[in-house]
Amino acid sequence: MLSIEHYLFLSLALFLIGVIGVVTRRNVIIVLMSIELILNAVNINLVAFSRLFGDVAGQVFAIFIITDAAAEATVGLGIIIAFFRNRETVLADEMDLLKW
Amino acid sequence: MLDKALFYIFGGVAVLSAALMVTRRNAVHSAVFLITSLLATAGIYLTLRAEFLFIVQIILYVGGIMVLFVFVIMLVNLDVALQQIQFSRQKWVALIVALALGAQVGLMFWSTGHVKRSNLLLPAAAPADKLPPNSETVAQSLFSAYLLPFEIASLLLLVAMIGAVVMAKKKV
Repeated sequence: MLSIEHYLFLSLALFLIGVIGVVTRRNVIIVLMSIELILNAVNINLVAFSRLFGDVAGQVFAIFIITDAAAEATVGLGIIIAFFRNRETVLADEMDLLKW
Repeated sequence: MLDKALFYIFGGVAVLSAALMVTRRNAVHSAVFLITSLLATAGIYLTLRAEFLFIVQIILYVGGIMVLFVFVIMLVNLDVALQQIQFSRQKWVALIVALALGAQVGLMFWSTGHVKRSNLLLPAAAPADKLPPNSETVAQSLFSAYLLPFEIASLLLLVAMIGAVVMAKKKV
């Protein structure tokens, strides 16, 4: 019999992999993809609790998070394209215009 | 029993391909592994009887967002970039952050040890012909209780669209 903990641990594993990706990768596109992974892990939690309590609200919130992820991806990728056009790089540690 | 097998298959694929996504050098490989991970997550939604989210996940995430990612990788991918170091020198920071977050969740499980085990088990699924229609219940909730957030979400998408167009324009 599956319990809620199975899903919580799965979501925790995906979340931590996403966090590691955000911190260690230099390529900004892969950092954005890791953020998508993190949002996805959150969705698993919401849907699992929605199933546990028999309440559909969790799935509605998961839909809102997917909307958010789409908005964030479009704006983020737009920024990456604009930055790449100016500086010819997609590496996070070379984006140091504001660094003193 | 089948539920458990499916959970472990989908969960294993999701975690494994997520780990591969973070460690691959090539951005396109990373994107492909992220797609695998998202598809496996869609399978997880199916084991949780969320059919509508299963479809939304495949159409929107895999069919929409990931195609956008692959397009941008194509636009900015330099052969030079592949030769460069792909990982920053923050391995220890990442490890410490991940351990701290994991310890926090472990603490949460430990401090809720008094909760009865039977309350944590997912309820047994109704037989297939008795399942409530998932899309219908989601739509009911979305268009009644969460109508205002729904409209705000559409506004957010509009703003994001305008923002993306302005960002990607040749001359601002």
